[in-house]
Amino acid sequence: MATVTFSAAGETLYAYLAGEIDHDAAQSLRMQLDDALVSRSPRTLIIDLGGVGFMDSSGVGLILGRQRCARVLGTTLRLQHAPAQLQKVLRLAGIPCMENIEKENAQ
Amino acid sequence: MKAENSTRIQFDSLSSNEAYARGVTAAFLARYDPTVPQLADLKTAVSEAVTNCIVHAYPERIGPVCMTIAVYPDREVHITITDKGIGIPNVEQAMQPLFTTGNPEERSGLGFAVMQSFMDRVKVTSKPGKGTKVLLVKRLSRREPT
Repeated sequence: MATVTFSAAGETLYAYLAGEIDHDAAQSLRMQLDDALVSRSPRTLIIDLGGVGFMDSSGVGLILGRQRCARVLGTTLRLQHAPAQLQKVLRLAGIPCMENIEKENAQ
Repeated sequence: MKAENSTRIQFDSLSSNEAYARGVTAAFLARYDPTVPQLADLKTAVSEAVTNCIVHAYPERIGPVCMTIAVYPDREVHITITDKGIGIPNVEQAMQPLFTTGNPEERSGLGFAVMQSFMDRVKVTSKPGKGTKVLLVKRLSRREPT
């Protein structure tokens, strides 16, 4: 089970994901995220993974799919607050998290 | 070598059972006190293998998925996930990162790559029309007595 809560600040839309993201949960998250992307067409969509306790490669598919959707709409997509287990899965897929980008820039 | 302890469950290839399989893995291995990252690795690999059964082995129907968990001396965990689905014609190709026969818009094609990266050993045997068996092996590190 996973949930998504949206909050907007200017032209940035935050999507706070929580719960466990697997193939089962990805289907409903995909619809909710795409709905928000299309109806609000924000300049930036920030997906916050801080509340996610588990994610497998279905979550990677979900993020890559939303990245494609965002690109078509001219929205920039970023990830933040990915816990350690998620970072391991994201790294394998070559998806950068905001913290990692900032760390690299600071070096 | 004989397993110290083992369990076996069977469930239908419904996506709601992905969380069930992970939950059983965590509950069964709890008494071996795995580290948080090791348990996360095992749950992730199980989730990938079970998702493969649901998405790929039984694309048109609901079928049985069997999972066994065995712990051998030296804390080596063996998990098998077996289906009686359509099978994989070319296992080597299926295990290539990014290869997927699913919807490429939504499937990352990383399932086997995640299993291989998170486990010590992964073995896949498959017969087209008969089904697939995935063996996941990982040794739990020994906890220092506190």
